[in-house]
Amino acid sequence: MTLAVVMTGRESLVRSVFAVPAIHCPSCISKIERGLEPVAGIAAARVNFTSRHVAVDHLPELSLPDIQAEIANLGFEAQPIPSAGAQPGSSETGALIRATAVAGFAAMNVMLLSVSVWSGASGVTKDLFHAISALIAIPTVAYSGRVFFKSAWRALRHGRTNMDVPISIGVLLVTAMSLFETLTGGPHAYFDGAVMLLFFLLLGRLLDSVMRDRARNGIASLLKQRAAGALVLKEGGASEWIEAERLAPGMRIMVAAGERLAADGIVEAGASSMDSSLLTGESVPKRIAAGDEVHAGTMNMGAPLTVRVTAAGPDTVIADMARLMEQAGQGRSRYVRIADRAARLYAPTVHALAAASFLTWLAMGAGWHQALLVATAVLIITCPCALGLAVPVAQVVAAGALMRIGILVKDGSALERLAEADRILFDKTGTLTLGRPEPVNLDAVPANLKPILLGLARASRHPLSQSLRRSLEREGIMAAELTGLAEEPGFGVRAFDKAVAVSLGRPARSTGDALATSFTVGDGAPILLHFRDAIRPDAAAMLKRLEAMGLEASIVSGDRPAAVLPVARALRLTAQTGMQPRDKLDAIARLSGGGHKVLMVGDGLNDGPALAAGHASMAPASASDVGQTAADMIFLGDSLAPVAAAIRLARRTMRIVGQNFAIAIGYNIIAVPLAFAGLVTPLVAALAMSGSSIIVVGNALRLARREK
Amino acid sequence: MTGLAVLIPVALLLGLSGLAAFFWAIRSDQFDDLDGAALRILIDDEED
Repeated sequence: MTLAVVMTGRESLVRSVFAVPAIHCPSCISKIERGLEPVAGIAAARVNFTSRHVAVDHLPELSLPDIQAEIANLGFEAQPIPSAGAQPGSSETGALIRATAVAGFAAMNVMLLSVSVWSGASGVTKDLFHAISALIAIPTVAYSGRVFFKSAWRALRHGRTNMDVPISIGVLLVTAMSLFETLTGGPHAYFDGAVMLLFFLLLGRLLDSVMRDRARNGIASLLKQRAAGALVLKEGGASEWIEAERLAPGMRIMVAAGERLAADGIVEAGASSMDSSLLTGESVPKRIAAGDEVHAGTMNMGAPLTVRVTAAGPDTVIADMARLMEQAGQGRSRYVRIADRAARLYAPTVHALAAASFLTWLAMGAGWHQALLVATAVLIITCPCALGLAVPVAQVVAAGALMRIGILVKDGSALERLAEADRILFDKTGTLTLGRPEPVNLDAVPANLKPILLGLARASRHPLSQSLRRSLEREGIMAAELTGLAEEPGFGVRAFDKAVAVSLGRPARSTGDALATSFTVGDGAPILLHFRDAIRPDAAAMLKRLEAMGLEASIVSGDRPAAVLPVARALRLTAQTGMQPRDKLDAIARLSGGGHKVLMVGDGLNDGPALAAGHASMAPASASDVGQTAADMIFLGDSLAPVAAAIRLARRTMRIVGQNFAIAIGYNIIAVPLAFAGLVTPLVAALAMSGSSIIVVGNALRLARREK
Repeated sequence: MTGLAVLIPVALLLGLSGLAAFFWAIRSDQFDDLDGAALRILIDDEED
């Protein structure tokens, strides 16, 4: 989570941004803004309706979950997102917007003058118009062209070439030649071409930059999940609070109920249950007793424990995972984007063509001035206007279309990589399933007892109680007034309804692996309530669609086989179970080694490395911070349908990009011989350039149309 | 042709003032929430 700190007056406020997809009307705006402003610690809230974001300025003491809960109280589901305003990338976008605006202004004015020249202005008028064009164009090239000059210079200094080298040479040469023509009263000046070229190319660059701004990375959030420290027991009964960094193997620490472990260790005394969903993704707290191994980052759900530290700091399992993620992400950063691959072929070709035309004309007896003019025309006509727009326009339009169906694309190259995927790995908990237990047999409770059940469930923070509360509230049940409410650690909640003793807690008999809780009223027989982590509503239909698209899916889960099997059977998928984060990485590496491009869909912290390693990756919006930062794309809502929709759209995008490349190349095949023959006047260059760019943009816009 | 001496500077000046207005608008975050601006007019400020 990246936070921008803004100073307002005396105190420093923190700005956090939340995605609230449900905002849809003016009253939502005022409800959220007015609902949040009176909250203690919140200075201001501003809804951005376009992006469905809420920016909250608040005191640093207020945590993100607190604000999230406040927004939830107003009736909106909110997901914290890295703040957009303070990213380093957005300043680059700002500079590009200004450069594009200047180039656009100049292109229009120079074109106005050029059209007059083409339609017959001659003599002094023509010279005057050329001179004014020069006055507009030269500062524009100096201001707007910097983006390309800098990048080209960087590449040249390292002995490489990129798309910006022919652009820079072309623009500078054209401007210099046109200035020479203007000063000597020559017939043609290409100022309009140079400036228009800059405008179109900057437009492509700008769109690309807008896409890249969405790409966020951050492994730092992983280590935040670890506790800050622990209470260390000293010889003779004393105890002292020690920060996590200073913990060392051999120390004995006290872990209270509800506390996260700060180090790996072995339980010495006490019995409890640990929520290790952070590491394994398993939803059910695991029972542990003396002698069992426990890991940093897991949370003690039951009774206090004494733990002997075996590994601390960088040696813990969770720190190891951070390293794994970092390594896994490196493979992806080596991915070469399709536009860059095209540029590698394109730049040398263009240079060779321009040089060839210059030499040919010289050899045929033309003067250096004439030869240079032709070479300039070749450079300007081959400049990758359409090529520079082909990819970014298609990607931006596709990202916009995806946004409408609830998918946030975080990385510009994500669509390219997603389109290539031919194998899918799903995590189970929280990905194929909703990741929260849902009561299965709530009907077993007679209607007159439901208010009592809600009264009991409301009193506990246990996940099963919370799930009961949600389900009952959804049914519109009002809670009964209970007296003597008491939560008994390790059992559950007891209370009295008038004089009748009621309880909700651990079943007397063991129910094996199944999630269950027992509800008792007076002397009546206990009602056993079963829970299940429900499969996402349309998972089966989505998997069928994926299969039809030629993507084979399977499950990689950190959960126990008994928990994975029902899901795998219901969805008819093969599954690997009990996998540690490293095992998931290995599974991906094996598939990649076999020539597959793996799309990883997962949510948990334990999926982080796999999400970073996959050729492409997606996470639900309910995913952990780590899952969200590691994934390329995030889909909102309970449905899995966006996964298939995203792949389909990604493939369509790449088809359009392919068509755009074909158009750009086809245009060059026609235009280059003309330029080579010296037939390209400024008028022809202007028509060719704008024509091909408009065709490419128009083709990309087809992506915005809804799928049938 | 003397008209040109007036009209061209006028045209350029108008264009430049448009550019300046655009730069000002970017600087003061006018483009941050285009759809929201259209809806905020509908919020009734007096209902408090």
